[in-house]
Amino acid sequence: MKEELFVSGRNIPYIDPYLNIWHWEIPVYLFLGGLAAGIMFFAGYFTIMRKEKEMQATVKYAPFLVPVALVLGLIALFLDLKHQLYFWRLYTTIRLESPMSWGAWTLMLITPLSMVWVASYTREVFSRWDWKFKILYQLEELIIKNRKSLAWAMMFLAVILGVYTGILLSAFNARPLWNTSILGPLFLVSGLSTGLATIIWMSKSKYERKVLSRLDLMLIGVELFLIIHLFMGFLAASEVQIEAAQLFLGGEFTVVFWVFVIILGLIFPAIMEILELRGFHIPIWIPSLLILIGGFVFRYVMVEAGQITRYLY
Amino acid sequence: MRYAMAIDTKKCVGCSDCVVACQTENNVPHGYCRDWIVENVVGSYPNVEIELRSERCNHCDNSPCVRCCPTGASHIVEGGIVKVTHSECIGCGACIQSCPYDARYSHPDGYVDKCTFCDHRLALGQDPACVEVCPTSCLYFGDLEDPNSEVAKALKNRNWKVLAPEAGTKPQLYFLT
Repeated sequence: MKEELFVSGRNIPYIDPYLNIWHWEIPVYLFLGGLAAGIMFFAGYFTIMRKEKEMQATVKYAPFLVPVALVLGLIALFLDLKHQLYFWRLYTTIRLESPMSWGAWTLMLITPLSMVWVASYTREVFSRWDWKFKILYQLEELIIKNRKSLAWAMMFLAVILGVYTGILLSAFNARPLWNTSILGPLFLVSGLSTGLATIIWMSKSKYERKVLSRLDLMLIGVELFLIIHLFMGFLAASEVQIEAAQLFLGGEFTVVFWVFVIILGLIFPAIMEILELRGFHIPIWIPSLLILIGGFVFRYVMVEAGQITRYLY
Repeated sequence: MRYAMAIDTKKCVGCSDCVVACQTENNVPHGYCRDWIVENVVGSYPNVEIELRSERCNHCDNSPCVRCCPTGASHIVEGGIVKVTHSECIGCGACIQSCPYDARYSHPDGYVDKCTFCDHRLALGQDPACVEVCPTSCLYFGDLEDPNSEVAKALKNRNWKVLAPEAGTKPQLYFLT
């Protein structure tokens, strides 16, 4: 039967006719957060595995991007706030039920941690760097001595940060597209993959690239598996979630999702990495860039599409 | 104490008086509203039915907006009323995303704003502004736990529904059908 709904007396900015309160800032932040989590996770992992010598780009060079990514991400988050002068209210309370509170506190810990990590490698990377004060040299020595503990903390916090970028969305049961627990692991895996792509791009060592490419192939496989499960879950759920899945299975986000995220962002780079491992000569920046673009488009599409999905009206 | 509202969809004529009364009473900025009218048309002429609903925040028992708020600005006060402390709100939009009823909006001044069941009037023993002005008296308000309240009596004798119960929020607006 035909059913029509009119909502009269309502044309509220950002709410009607479709909710659109989160714009480019949120996907930019989710992307940079995932990327930072990916780089930190592997920097920590290969430090614990005592591979600092072989994996120089992973442990030493790529982490220099992390504080930059996190600070840019935090700026994006700040720009998204509508009551900006009150942002400090985030840090006067801990709300365990709110993923955003978790995220704010995680960022509060992981951003300085990444800076400390980078500082401990600054003199190795920039040989003419001078800390100027004696106490800073002493501090540097202390950090270098405790690098392994830092690596554990970094891995742990990187997983929380990576999962959080997904849970931020999945905690909203009012938005059926987001309301699935698979989003946490999916965003984590995607973030780790974008992190690896960046490190591979920066690496000059053949051995390192080979190790990381293999890891990345595995992550792409897991990501495709999780995406299939995402849609299987939607199609077997309630009507609102079936409708949410239709946005990607024939609806308005179909082309951008399947072309830029699945084919160009996952399958195509995976094929190129396999060819590279088999000995074909492929410019390494191509699969890396494609994975990065795919990772960003994925988050952008999820944020945009999720806001359209709803229970009523 | 559990404040709730019942809306008689058979009596509502969709005049929007409740909307205007709320905007006036609560100084709602131009172009915004805390309550609104939904016209739900089912079928096509001559087999057509229309349901008119005056809607607002459901002041849910299991309120997702309060749970997701990172600063505690969204909170629940006496009687289950969901309120926002403006000076604690950072305008992150999480509560707006979390509401299946789209009952919250971003105030031009930055903070999030919404229906308060006119708790400043309740404190004086008055009904909310929308209830007060309704020309067909189709809005019933009161304490659900008091069997003699207007809302409890209305729910006792009529069939009713709530909106999107599958969202799991335990909404407290009851639509008499």
